[in-house]
Amino acid sequence: MSKDKTLGETLQERGISRRSFLKFCATTASMMALPPAMIPVIAATLEKLRRPSVIWLSFQECTGCTESLTRSHSATIEDLIFDTISLDYHHTLQAASGSAAEQAREEAMQENYGNYILVVDGSIPGENNGYSTIAGISNKDMLLEVAAGAAAIVAVGSCATFGGIPHADPNPTGAVSVSDLVKDKAIVNVPGCPPIPAVITGVLVQFLTFGLPELDQLGRPAAFYGNSIHDRCYRRPFYDKGLFANSFDDEGAKKGWCLFKLGCKGPTTYNACATTKWNDGTSFPIEAGHPCLGCSEPDFWDAGGFYKALSIPTEDIGKTAVYAGAAGLIAGAAIGASLRARKQSAVKNHERVTIDDLDQES
Amino acid sequence: MSGPSFQRGYNALKEEIDAPTAAFFSSCVHCGMCAEACLFFTETRDPKYTPIHKLEPLRKVWKQEYTFWGKLGKALGLSRPLTDQDLADWETLAYDSCTLCGRCSMVCPVGNDITYMIRKMREGMAAAGHAPKSLIGATRRAVTIGSPMGVKLPALQAQIRHTEKEFDIKVPVDVEGAEYLCTLSSMEIMNFPEYIGSIARIFSLAKVSWTLSSKAFEATNSGIQIGVSDIAAELVQRIVDAAEELKVKAVISPECGHAYMAIRWDGPNLVGKPFNFRVLHILELLDELRAQGRLKMKDKEARKVTYHDPCQISRRGGIIDQPRKLINMVADNFVEMPEAGKMNWCCGAGGGVSSNERADDLRLKTFARKKAQLDAINVDAIVSACSNCRIHLEEGLEEYHMELPLLSLTETIAEHLAEE
Amino acid sequence: MTDTEFLLWVRGPAFSAATFIMCAGLVIRFLEIFLLGRKADLAEARGSAAAGGFRTLFRRSIPDAGSFQRSGFTIVSGYIFHIGLFIVIFLFVPHILVFETVSGLSWPGLPSNIIDATNVVTMIALLAVLIHRVKDPVMRMLSEFNDYLVWFVTFLPLLTGYLAFHRVALSAPMLIGLHILSVELLMVLFPFTKLSHAFTLWMARWYNGAIAGYKGVQS
Repeated sequence: MSKDKTLGETLQERGISRRSFLKFCATTASMMALPPAMIPVIAATLEKLRRPSVIWLSFQECTGCTESLTRSHSATIEDLIFDTISLDYHHTLQAASGSAAEQAREEAMQENYGNYILVVDGSIPGENNGYSTIAGISNKDMLLEVAAGAAAIVAVGSCATFGGIPHADPNPTGAVSVSDLVKDKAIVNVPGCPPIPAVITGVLVQFLTFGLPELDQLGRPAAFYGNSIHDRCYRRPFYDKGLFANSFDDEGAKKGWCLFKLGCKGPTTYNACATTKWNDGTSFPIEAGHPCLGCSEPDFWDAGGFYKALSIPTEDIGKTAVYAGAAGLIAGAAIGASLRARKQSAVKNHERVTIDDLDQES
Repeated sequence: MSGPSFQRGYNALKEEIDAPTAAFFSSCVHCGMCAEACLFFTETRDPKYTPIHKLEPLRKVWKQEYTFWGKLGKALGLSRPLTDQDLADWETLAYDSCTLCGRCSMVCPVGNDITYMIRKMREGMAAAGHAPKSLIGATRRAVTIGSPMGVKLPALQAQIRHTEKEFDIKVPVDVEGAEYLCTLSSMEIMNFPEYIGSIARIFSLAKVSWTLSSKAFEATNSGIQIGVSDIAAELVQRIVDAAEELKVKAVISPECGHAYMAIRWDGPNLVGKPFNFRVLHILELLDELRAQGRLKMKDKEARKVTYHDPCQISRRGGIIDQPRKLINMVADNFVEMPEAGKMNWCCGAGGGVSSNERADDLRLKTFARKKAQLDAINVDAIVSACSNCRIHLEEGLEEYHMELPLLSLTETIAEHLAEE
Repeated sequence: MTDTEFLLWVRGPAFSAATFIMCAGLVIRFLEIFLLGRKADLAEARGSAAAGGFRTLFRRSIPDAGSFQRSGFTIVSGYIFHIGLFIVIFLFVPHILVFETVSGLSWPGLPSNIIDATNVVTMIALLAVLIHRVKDPVMRMLSEFNDYLVWFVTFLPLLTGYLAFHRVALSAPMLIGLHILSVELLMVLFPFTKLSHAFTLWMARWYNGAIAGYKGVQS
């Protein structure tokens, strides 16, 4: 891995035309809703990039985030970007294994201390460190050790950002997110299960070009997570008109009507799925006919059920109402009986009123 | 005799509260529509005459005795309990400014029968010694003498003799086995004795078997107006005793609103058992006779007339169509006033208000409402079927310098009756 | 607590608690009233109390001409906000889904822009009603804390619903959560304030109609 060539030089070597490169920068700029004037800025910055060292730690994850990223059908330029970012440690993609792999990590840390980028996917057991280890080192220890020398941290995927599926009830491993453990470094959360490939690369480009992006209250880049699916969904007109699919194969579903009734979490989910979409803009779950799971939101596994609409209470309200009615009947009967008794005693206390009673001063 | 006391009054209020009362107070949303239905408010624009507001003491008792949170609040000292001063403060609202006319009960959007509750609240007011002096006086006379105006049997007998002579007709008294026992109001005996002659002539022509009772000729019931059921029951019992003694089929109540309410609707409930005779208002009997073709008229009333619905007979009593059929029989030029029928406006004198001297000014002020109705039509005379309404309307017309005769429906029929 | 956790809490245990309190409270309220009983009427009936009671349940919703003239504002503004509430609560699909979950019954809804417009009209009507309550001498005299509290907890779900629908200022989970929370506040206060009139007025109208119907008067 030669670290002394800039990205621009490497691209030139590979025969990537300036035109293709600029096209990539233009696409990235438009994805981040930046004005055309920013394209030359992105181009200039990326060109001059010396391949920064990237250490990618994978903890309790399913490798889906890596799969998503590397399966990207985007312009091969993205592959090249990863080629030209010095990916010094990645379980799935690295050639080395065993102690050689760990050694490579330690060397990269030492050589680039304070300057490398730490990317994390997968959640971390917060208490019982034995649940997940790499080369005998617990996830938590490794995270804290590597984070100490990182310039910035990017948590990729819902597991690293919010705990993901390991964090779901009953969370047997005590899984927590990166931001639960690392408190003293800037963390960019890129959630999704998995995140959209172009969003991952977009965030990296944004970071490399402009530094830390604007983050929302959950640490997500506002450029990609600033709008809800509901606000950008192409089926929104059906929601507004009150046309909903009632089941997966009814007339409404076939006509592509809104999936709110089938449990779509679009209204409370912030991501770029409805605009950027998946597979190079082919489709996204709603377009394929399945309600949004809300996978870029915290605890989406425990958010009341994928197929329960957002407005529906999560507990059994019908049963509660029946119990309440029964309790009310019992309490009401008791209270009513005491009120009747109270009235009866007033009736018993009645002293016959005569004309003489009325005439006296009281 | 323990005399009136706050304890007795409070206890009476507790006794009176029932499921309807609780439903009414639970539902009131303070919309104020009842105010616009009450002539005491519409003619004074004083918010304190808002009907539901007149019930504050009763509502407080309901809240603090019969609701969970109300009792809790009272126990924790968070709400002020009802005091004797409250009842004293509410005396004019409960008595002087309510005729029990029932319009508020008709307009309340949530269905509150406010009149029903005013009647109940008066039980507590009276037992606590906060009923108006003049009403107490009238009631004392009713209980001890037999008539709130102090009319004794000799006075009635004098009127009977006069009537018999004038019309050459027999007025039956204490006739056992007669079909109908007729009762009278003191107001009629004293101020409108033509009524006795009228029914005598009508019954003679229509061949109706009837009688008066020397023991129970008074139909009105001060106990109802002052709001003391114990006394009201005693007064009704006199008529019941007479009716049973004379073995009549039905008791006829005269042209008096509250008398009808007292014996027809309240009576059995006051004495605690159903009657074994029917109760009819004179208008009901007359209408039955009309329908059977037993009333022959010789001519018709020429003047343009309208009909004032006495509240206790029409809206609260259920006799709305009969007077109209009778008027149409006896008059060709009958014009209804605006809001006639069950929504007609009270004359302002019922519910004990006319017996309450303290309420005189207020009562005359409310006549403006009836005046407005009359001004909308241009009639020569007003027909009604309650002598209390008649007296008060006459007073009001005089106060407002209007020249309109007040006619009794029964007397008008008798006047145009065919000769035998 | 994150916005999502808040939303889950209001959709979860908070909603169950509010439902329990409201249902138990209403049943207790009903029995508190009903068990006080009513003395049987011993007078001879002229008409049917039951028929009268039943008719008054509905007929009382139609004001007589005189009342309409004198209390026109109260009647019209009252109808606007009641009908508006009905439309917004029962004809908006996300709400219909809640009723379906509890009762199994479902019915078609209206387009959401119509619901939104109705919501705005209802809020305006409620504001007008509040101003009237403060300015009209009768209503001002009658009104107490309870009346203003009830106005507020009725207005709040409409306002939060509007904000949630239009995504104003806060995150979507927070807005939806606040809306559901405001409804839960309304539910909890329902049996213990004048809001219960929604249920007790049927009893009141029935008794009114029965008392009058017995005497042959349609009230």
